[in-house]
Amino acid sequence: MKRALIVDDSRTMRMILTKYLRALGFEIKQAGNGLEGLKALEEMEWADVALVDWNMPGMNGIEFVHSVRAQEKYSELRIMMVTSETDVERMLQALEAGADEYVMKPFTQEIIQDKLSLLGLAA
Amino acid sequence: MSITKQDFNFVRDVVRSRSAILLDDNKGYLVEMRLSALAQKEGIDDVQTLISTVRDKGNISLRELMVEAMTTNETSFFRDRHPFDAMRDTILPELIEKRAATRSLKIWCGAASTGQEPYSLAILLRDSLPHPSLWDSKIIATDISPEVLGKAERGLYTQHEVGRGLPAAMLVKHFKRTGLEWEVKDELKAMVDYRRFNLVEPWMGLPKFDIIFMRNVLIYFDTDVKKQILTNALKYLAPDGYLFLGGSETLLGLGLDYHRVNLGPVSAYCPGA
Ligand SMILES: C[S@@+](CC[C@H](N)C(=O)[O-])C[C@H]1O[C@@H](n2cnc3c(N)ncnc32)[C@H](O)[C@@H]1O
Repeated sequence: MKRALIVDDSRTMRMILTKYLRALGFEIKQAGNGLEGLKALEEMEWADVALVDWNMPGMNGIEFVHSVRAQEKYSELRIMMVTSETDVERMLQALEAGADEYVMKPFTQEIIQDKLSLLGLAA
Repeated sequence: MSITKQDFNFVRDVVRSRSAILLDDNKGYLVEMRLSALAQKEGIDDVQTLISTVRDKGNISLRELMVEAMTTNETSFFRDRHPFDAMRDTILPELIEKRAATRSLKIWCGAASTGQEPYSLAILLRDSLPHPSLWDSKIIATDISPEVLGKAERGLYTQHEVGRGLPAAMLVKHFKRTGLEWEVKDELKAMVDYRRFNLVEPWMGLPKFDIIFMRNVLIYFDTDVKKQILTNALKYLAPDGYLFLGGSETLLGLGLDYHRVNLGPVSAYCPGA
């Protein structure tokens, strides 16, 4: 079973993503901000991918990415930003911080699947 | 109101003779749907009036629009991914080495639709060539439909269109934001020449190609038309060149002078048995 962590402060967004990812055969854990996300990662032991929102209270998405990328034990984790930030500069910033893919909100199920497949995690 | 048998047959025959696209008898709904959209766009009352304007008044430009309306333009960046992986990992490195002396590489995209396929190829080519500016590299992108070619040439895509198949790193590198849309950068646009070209009319004015992409268009044609097109393609393909077809298309069993090359999960075809 593939494992995904969803980090987003919107419950609705977490629900939507959970539904899409379950359909693709993922086991899911959810977190409401970056700090909770880091904690969840510890508890999960491993995950294939983290889907991460940008703007969240407490620790935001980009801080989460920096913090994960600073830890050797998560070097295999793929990170996909899922955010309403759609500027080129933001995208570059996220990719430079170590995100592997970037999904702009609003998205469709097809786009999520497509992006996961770019990461080798879906057909 | 649904389209009469007679009207359907007329549309089917016109579409077939102009584009070789086959419309089965069960495609009545599709004809109806596409033509009512066209009628609305052209300010024509209904599908019947549209058809009779073409049939009885011989309106040729409307006839071409009718044919165009029946084509399927579905496409996406790096569609099916594997052919493009094979291009990046195997075909382009091989041909770039072989062509190092002439520094010339030509690719033909024979059913370019709205441009996602030729621009995907342009991205790979640009990222693979050691010194792009020193090469005479071109992608000739053709389609029967002037409308899709217009969109391709503008190179403007919605967030949804760039969200499908295009890796984020390539998006930020090769596109710029234009309002809510994403526009292909000029250096990429300059690599692609768009032209109207009907695959079922006599082939003229094409150079020889190192690579031909003829994907997801042969499925609309019957065997004879397919054979004719693929036979023509042989004349325009370099002896060491490659032909790519769509995922559900094959030329096995057609008795043509090609052999199949396996490239991991996909195949391409090379001239010679
Ligand atoms: C489904 S799209 C394929 C686009 C792209 N090759 C891909 O695989 O994503 C098929 C395209 O073939 C074009 N087409 C249909 N009949 C044609 C013909 N007789 N000559 C040239 N193009 C044609 C249509 O206009 C349409 O844009």
